[in-house]
Amino acid sequence: MTEILTRNESLRDRPRFDCRDSYVKTLSELAEHDHRIVGVVNDSVGSSKLDAFKKSFPDRLINVGIAEQDMVGVAAGLANGGRIPFVSAASCFLTARALEQIKADVAYSNRNVKLCGMSPGMAYGDLGPTHHSIEDIAWLRAIDNMTIIVPADPVETAAALRWAAEFDGPVFIRVSRMGVPQVNADDYEFRPGRAVTLRNGGDVTVISNGTVVWRALVAAELLADQGIEARVISMPTVKPLDVEAIVAAAAETGAIVTAEEATSKGGLGGAVAEAVVENHPVPMRILGVPEFAPTGSAGFLLDRYGMSPEGIADAARATMARVR
Amino acid sequence: MSALSAEHATIPVMGRLAPHTGRTELLAHIAEAARQIRIQDLKLVHYAGAGHIGGDMSAIDILATLYGAVLNVGPDNVEDPERDRFILSKGHVAGALYTTLAAFGFIPVEQLATFLKPLSALNGHPNRRKVPGIEANTGPLGHGLPIAVGHALSAKLDVSPRRTYVLVGDGELQEGSNWEAMMAASQYQLDRLTVVVDRNRLQQGATTKETNDLDPLQDKAAAFGFAVVEVNGHDHGELLDVLSSVPFRPGKPTFVIAHTHKGHPISYMSNNVAWHHKVPSTAEFELALEELEAAAHPRFAKEL
Repeated sequence: MTEILTRNESLRDRPRFDCRDSYVKTLSELAEHDHRIVGVVNDSVGSSKLDAFKKSFPDRLINVGIAEQDMVGVAAGLANGGRIPFVSAASCFLTARALEQIKADVAYSNRNVKLCGMSPGMAYGDLGPTHHSIEDIAWLRAIDNMTIIVPADPVETAAALRWAAEFDGPVFIRVSRMGVPQVNADDYEFRPGRAVTLRNGGDVTVISNGTVVWRALVAAELLADQGIEARVISMPTVKPLDVEAIVAAAAETGAIVTAEEATSKGGLGGAVAEAVVENHPVPMRILGVPEFAPTGSAGFLLDRYGMSPEGIADAARATMARVR
Repeated sequence: MSALSAEHATIPVMGRLAPHTGRTELLAHIAEAARQIRIQDLKLVHYAGAGHIGGDMSAIDILATLYGAVLNVGPDNVEDPERDRFILSKGHVAGALYTTLAAFGFIPVEQLATFLKPLSALNGHPNRRKVPGIEANTGPLGHGLPIAVGHALSAKLDVSPRRTYVLVGDGELQEGSNWEAMMAASQYQLDRLTVVVDRNRLQQGATTKETNDLDPLQDKAAAFGFAVVEVNGHDHGELLDVLSSVPFRPGKPTFVIAHTHKGHPISYMSNNVAWHHKVPSTAEFELALEELEAAAHPRFAKEL
């Protein structure tokens, strides 16, 4: 386990990054060195920020038009022909509209397709629940042979993409739009199925990923001010899950809170709960989005659902209180 | 119903004839392959007590022509990146595909005896992770055509002559994903892509006309930018000519409407909607076997 940050008082004020910028920069670098890499989009060049990629590799950006089922099937066919397709589309449409293609053509057929869900969670905040993608993790987690990665910042986005390009098999990566501060070190190395302990503590554990990780780190600062040492675990890989880190957290801290920009049913929280119940039951609280969200920005909505730093700290204290 | 025993797995390994072989020999070869594949498929469904025999029979002449004389794919090059690709989109006729793959040596003939048995690699729908020669795990309808478009795009990017064929059912064309894929195929001018429609005009419980009429199918495909050809899907000569002509029209993907009969050529089964996935009784099985065995090609039955 790596300890990267110990004091995060300034996280709230650090510069925020749109992970799509890291995505397109990294994808272009990868494509430069590997001719097999192609982009596949559903008219989503702009929303995936792929203009630079398109300029560098005009023939290698396949735009099938607004047709998600075709997009994922085409990606599976490109992989059959030896290409490494990076499908880049708004996560809500990619995962909902093409779910059966993801299941049959990609996962069950074991095709080397990278599914990159852009602007996931509630990134399209005020466009409403049709455009929110809070269900994607839960849906894809139910599919065998699917790696699911939810990076927390631009560094982790780039590292996960580099790993995915090397890995021969289906991968789903969420690429966040809502700005996030950098929480991982510059020399961070992504390892699939491995959690990252960003802060050590023995009183309670907060497990999160994606856009909520920095909020969890600030929550730990608030708790520290009250004399509570919270362990903060970043869990970029929802599947396969780092069960060992979860069981250790359960055994050593006795209480776990999960927090994610996704539905509270069947996502990271569900995955952690399964591991906890089967291995070392302790009190848990699952923070997430419990409903079709009302109008508001992603940040506003996260706060509303208890995932502000203060909200996460409150949940941690309440969960600790349930420990006998 | 007893399971198919090895003694019923009588299909001989065939393979393509040498390129210089004349058309007459080639057609006789395909005809005998198709006949033997039908006999084996009949046994497969009868002894397994399940399967999609109607659709199997309507597709077998297309499969025999492709594997017997068109595709540059054989048991020795199933992993060759430059092989032609055949994608069976109507995955429910997996039995016909397994029987064809056995006939041409991709899988052992004896393996057919495991069809649908517990833990068999020969599932009711094909699985490429378990059976060599299968390009995509199909079954849900409307998946094969987009995959074929993706492969044809990869070939175009590679500036490779490898060809892509996909067999779709006609009822299957009611799935919108096919039309998404056809728009993309046309946009990218994938003229080494050939879509073959098994146009038997029957779907699970009724005619296509009664359900969601596809006609005028040729006009629809043409309007989507395809070169459209209509053939008798049980005439190996017509099939061979069009499937060997790639590209059929430069700059355009090809849409072959192969007019077929579900259950062909078994007398009581042909064009009968009841035989989508019905299993022949012993008497029906014996009658069908008699009819198929009587149709042996006099010159080639022994040699092959």
